[in-house]
Amino acid sequence: MKRDIPVTFLFAIALAHAAGFATAATPIEVPNTMAERVKPCVVCHGLEEKTGRGNYYPRIAGKPEGYLFNQLRNFRDGRRYYRPMALLLENLTDQYLLEMAVYFSTLEQPYPPPERVALLPAKTKLAQKLVNEGDPARNIPACTECHGQELMGTAPFVPGLLGLPRVYMIAQFGAWKSGGLMRGQTEDCMSEIAKQLTAEETSAIAAWLASQPVPRNSGPAAGLSAGMAERCAGIVHGGARR
Amino acid sequence: MRRRSAAAAILCLAGFAWPGMSSALTGAAPLEEKARAGKAAPAEQRRIRGAYLARAANCMGCHTARAGRPYAGGRSLSTPFGTFITTNITPDMATGIGGWNEEDFWKAMHEGKSRDGRPLYPAFPYTEYTKITREDSDAIFAHLQSLSPVSQKNPSSRIDFPYDFEPLLILWRAVYFKPGVYQPDSLKSREWNRGAYLVQGLGHCSACHTERNPLAVVRGAYDEDSSGAQIMGSNWYAPSLTSSAEAGSAKWPMGEIIRLLTTGVSRLATTSGPMAEVVGQSLQHLTKEDARAMAVYLKSLPESNPRPKAGAPALTEEVQKLFRQGAGIYKRHCQDCHGDAGQGAPGIYPPLAGNRAVTMNPPVNVIRSVLNGGYPPVTAGNPRPYGMPPFAQTLNDGEVALVLSYIRNTWGNRASFVTRAQVDKSREGIH
Ligand code: HEC
Ligand code: HEC
Ligand code: HEC
Ligand code: HEC
Ligand code: HEC
Repeated sequence: MKRDIPVTFLFAIALAHAAGFATAATPIEVPNTMAERVKPCVVCHGLEEKTGRGNYYPRIAGKPEGYLFNQLRNFRDGRRYYRPMALLLENLTDQYLLEMAVYFSTLEQPYPPPERVALLPAKTKLAQKLVNEGDPARNIPACTECHGQELMGTAPFVPGLLGLPRVYMIAQFGAWKSGGLMRGQTEDCMSEIAKQLTAEETSAIAAWLASQPVPRNSGPAAGLSAGMAERCAGIVHGGARR
Repeated sequence: MRRRSAAAAILCLAGFAWPGMSSALTGAAPLEEKARAGKAAPAEQRRIRGAYLARAANCMGCHTARAGRPYAGGRSLSTPFGTFITTNITPDMATGIGGWNEEDFWKAMHEGKSRDGRPLYPAFPYTEYTKITREDSDAIFAHLQSLSPVSQKNPSSRIDFPYDFEPLLILWRAVYFKPGVYQPDSLKSREWNRGAYLVQGLGHCSACHTERNPLAVVRGAYDEDSSGAQIMGSNWYAPSLTSSAEAGSAKWPMGEIIRLLTTGVSRLATTSGPMAEVVGQSLQHLTKEDARAMAVYLKSLPESNPRPKAGAPALTEEVQKLFRQGAGIYKRHCQDCHGDAGQGAPGIYPPLAGNRAVTMNPPVNVIRSVLNGGYPPVTAGNPRPYGMPPFAQTLNDGEVALVLSYIRNTWGNRASFVTRAQVDKSREGIH
């Protein structure tokens, strides 16, 4: 992996003068780092309190790199719809998106405190059952089978489920279900599972997940079991779902 | 297969024509390709040359859908006249141009007519491509015919009433379109002529850049008086290449013009939106010689009558107060990158002081920059660009108007106010 060496660029201003542009001040110093290059992302995916913005922006730091890379390409190429990101990424190549994905996957960022959600005991039970056991009758595996025992994701393509805003998760389920513009058209194993869940189930799951604390010193699990890898072949092998 | 070898045979026969073409127009093929081409058979040489010319003309940019198969078409170009869907120009028999010959292709490029004689809409910039020589057209055709055929049927264009009325198009063509290959100017240098050929023909720069030209009739170039003015269906204004207050390069050093065109950034300007795409997909692939020729020509363009400037506001106490509010927003959200004196970091974060893109009228591009942010294109010369965050989610229309009015009127900049209504108009479709 490439390491960024902080260097500062200082440009001669003579040229600007030659061209008739009087720039009195010294150019600002810009660190030659990936952190500096992804500043545009951090306005939305950063740390600061997101109150008043619908608390909608998903966390990306520490997510598996393959997953992040796939999502970035999906946004740029219109397979997942969110216009501000599509516009931001439109001039960027796969190689640069991969660099961004690698950067965010290795970024350590404290998690927000769990959301405080009042959940009826029956709903809690419903959520926990699906998360830990799934529903074999409907061919729904436990969420943990793919998202890791700790729900912190599985490298390199399956994202973690903790530390995500509740409304964000509900929106994702909605998108998979309606097969609409946002996420429905991606051929991933997740969409089949999401389509089978009822609205009651998804709202219970989202509320429960959002209210769970994130385990300390935890990261994505190592790999999927053969069965789950098979089920997610489109992502695991395609990687590039072109 | 049979078709391919037949095509190759035709190309071989015709292949002898091009080495004798007007020397003013014979541009350099990329160097290593040239070396290869030197040894290759004439048909192969021509194909390689055609691939280079197609890049310079950015055929692939329009004829490829997002993340789609190259040249298989399907990209939609929305214009105020309807949505055009580009065609499949791979050599597929049923859905592409596999059944076409050089003559058919020349008719499309030179006369803007499809194989069946149907007049084409100038959303396909044949109005500029008509300047391309027959030899270059044949070379591009040879390149296209050498691609693997892709079977892909694209939806048809949806052209709005009354523009879908063919006689109207025929009339428009009769009045505004004159087919004709570029004629070298014998008083000018070979390099200048090559540049003119690239800019006027292959590069089809004026398809976007010419203001109030005949194309406005069909393309909707920006017109200040018309509401909802659009360029190619978006709120972009393509500045004039002959005005130094806009995108003219008469006063620029050669090196900076070349740098902007081939890397997407320079110390004096940055490309964004449609121009970033042109640089990323097409201009960055130009040979050094061709990029230079283009710059020589652009630099030589005489200054046109600048469009009347919408006046800068008088600096009354009232106005100063608004600027102070704008300055506050600038300090909080912009200064980290663009500097306390708008000096930026040339080549990385564009300077805003003395930047004509900032003071340009109409201010649509700067409004877009602030609402949507963006990265300049990734190019070989600027492989890891820095970016600008979108502010559509953080600042309201009034705040965007204030900060823009401020940067247009400080550090020596002077330009008209940006109004809340102008910002609002640009927000369309942004959430
Ligand atoms: C204007 C705010 C905004 C900006 C700026 C922005 N994003 Fe996003 N991003 C979002 C939102 C909102 C979503 C969720 C979209 C959805 O509904 O699917 C998202 C989703 C993502 C995802 C998918 C997350 C997941 O768990 O599936 C990734 C990866 C991502 N963004 C990376 C980036 C990168 C890298 C940048 C900078 C180049 C960036 N974003 C800039 C708002 C933003
Ligand atoms: C067979 C494996 C598998 C199972 C089982 C599974 N998921 Fe997923 N899930 C995935 C994959 C793969 C993705 C990433 C999809 C993509 O690349 O867009 C995903 C993505 C998600 C996301 C989006 C996360 C984000 O950051 O945008 C949510 C939410 C989610 N899953 C919830 C669940 C829940 C709840 C369950 C249990 C009911 C579950 N998943 C079961 C494979 C699985
Ligand atoms: C600005 C976008 C754009 C660019 C650049 C462009 N085209 Fe097109 N092209 C179109 C559109 C739109 C049409 C359909 C026009 C119509 O249907 O009237 C088209 C039509 C054509 C056709 C006619 C197809 C048919 O079936 O009649 C050919 C051939 C063609 N283009 C070849 C090219 C080549 C070769 C290049 C590069 C030298 C090129 N185009 C560059 C937009 C573009
Ligand atoms: C698809 C439309 C389109 C085409 C084709 C196009 N341009 Fe542009 N160009 C734009 C737009 C929009 C802008 C304003 C945005 C910007 O500054 O990047 C622009 C800006 C510019 C600028 C000014 C940059 C600055 O900020 O000072 C130059 C110089 C330029 N173009 C040259 C060219 C040349 C030369 C060609 C042909 C090889 C060309 N353009 C083709 C749309 C286009
Ligand atoms: C993280 C750094 C960063 C911040 C913060 C930032 N910008 Fe920018 N800005 C850039 C970059 C990089 C570009 C070039 C973008 C491109 O080419 O698409 C740019 C481009 C621009 C342009 C267009 C200049 C041109 O030559 O076309 C304007 C105007 C502008 N910024 C104004 C602002 C304003 C106003 C703010 C605050 C509200 C702001 N910027 C905040 C980095 C930044």
